[in-house]
Amino acid sequence: MKTTLFQHQFLFEELVKRDFKKKYKRTVLGMAWSVLSPLLTLLVMRLVFTQFFGRSVEHYTTYLFCGNLVFSYFNEATSQGMTSLMSNAGIFTKVNVPKYMFLLSKNVQTLINFGLTLCVFFLFCLLDNITFTWKFVCLLYPTACLVLFNLGVGLVLSALYVFFRDVQYLWSVFVQLLMYMSAIFYSIDGYSPTVQNLFLLNPVYLFIRYFRKIVIEATVPSLWFHLLMAAYVIIVLGVGCRMYKKYNTKFLYYV
Amino acid sequence: MSILEVNGVSIRYMTGDFKDIGLKEYVLRKLRGKYRVTEFWADKDITFSLEKGDMLGIIGSNGAGKSTLLKAVSGIMEPTTGWVKREGTIAALLELGSGFDGDLTVRENTYLRGAMLGYTRKFMKEMYDQIIDFAELKDFEDRPFKQLSSGMKSRLAFSIASLVRPDILILDEVLSVGDGAFRKKSEAKMREIITGGATTILVSHSIAQVRQMCNKILWLHKGQQVEFGDDVQGICDRYQAFLDKK
Repeated sequence: MKTTLFQHQFLFEELVKRDFKKKYKRTVLGMAWSVLSPLLTLLVMRLVFTQFFGRSVEHYTTYLFCGNLVFSYFNEATSQGMTSLMSNAGIFTKVNVPKYMFLLSKNVQTLINFGLTLCVFFLFCLLDNITFTWKFVCLLYPTACLVLFNLGVGLVLSALYVFFRDVQYLWSVFVQLLMYMSAIFYSIDGYSPTVQNLFLLNPVYLFIRYFRKIVIEATVPSLWFHLLMAAYVIIVLGVGCRMYKKYNTKFLYYV
Repeated sequence: MSILEVNGVSIRYMTGDFKDIGLKEYVLRKLRGKYRVTEFWADKDITFSLEKGDMLGIIGSNGAGKSTLLKAVSGIMEPTTGWVKREGTIAALLELGSGFDGDLTVRENTYLRGAMLGYTRKFMKEMYDQIIDFAELKDFEDRPFKQLSSGMKSRLAFSIASLVRPDILILDEVLSVGDGAFRKKSEAKMREIITGGATTILVSHSIAQVRQMCNKILWLHKGQQVEFGDDVQGICDRYQAFLDKK
């Protein structure tokens, strides 16, 4: 895979460029939107939910932002990744190029968005009187895992999307459900330990939890927490790669 | 030593229920055992081989399986049975006009297409002016691609593609591009590439062109290989007679 990526480096760069240009076409603010839109969501949530949950949670703004940061990246990367293969059908039916390149280029774009939002996030932490410790370095782990996880989900979805366009609608409903299950704006401390453990079944919650632990509580999660996260990533990425391998020459017949 | 060997290649398309039915229908039909797929053999048992410098013309009426065969030769499709052996690099110019992005500018599309054809960035930078000059699009460089006329689009496509120097070159109906003046220019360019030693596969509906340029002919009809050989005039005569009879 490394060698083929290198061979197609030029194409890859051009695809990334294209995705960027198309995304911000005819917007006045251009790339500023990628920072602004999560901030606006944050603002709305802050206004709406402070009344319900804000009083019991410390550093509520940061708490919310952690959830939003992770979830909006997950949402963007997977939803956009889903259509990446299909929308490039005109290319891969005419030229013999590795098909995962289209998804990768989309993911580069969303990753850059995530990076920008992350900078704003740290700025907000500063305003919210969060003390920065050496433990912030640990955030590299969930970030790397999240990137790979999103890539894996993108592989699965984009392959499925070629066969069944319904996936698009199902996924948007599922993402909605997942958002409410990820404790983005509420705290799960009030639930029984059993229910709290059930939240660990949700990989997205795992990433959010990790961020909160480091930033708000300044503690590094346990080893098995790390392992569980890695396991989710490996499973999803494994399934995605296998699907691409299996259907590599079959996509063509369905577009 | 042949540069390209195609041995017993058959390609099967699946048609019928699996396409466009969506998830619900798919599950329902699977459950009821009503899920039907019909096979459609676009190519059946095609065998030929080419030596270095050969120019193969593929002829046959619409739906004969020409384009599908080329997809298998270029590696975009895997043959259902049989195998293709290629020596060296291969470049396929299939349906030139498609695959461009209407929202990008002419310049951006040029680079993107170059990248798709496997050129390097350095090569594209050197060649960019030459491409634009050849396509006569100097005044349109920064216009969105969708604003070009269709003739301009194919001129650009041809200009980019004509820089390829592969060992095997596949041309699918690309020789007839643009208006009269440009057509002359493009044919001259094509000859230049072909005489440069590349092994070329040409799909054309113009029998005159095939007679004139090719030294081997493959005649396909409804996926079947009717004839293959170097008796260019003979096969073309028989194909012409076959067409006249219809």
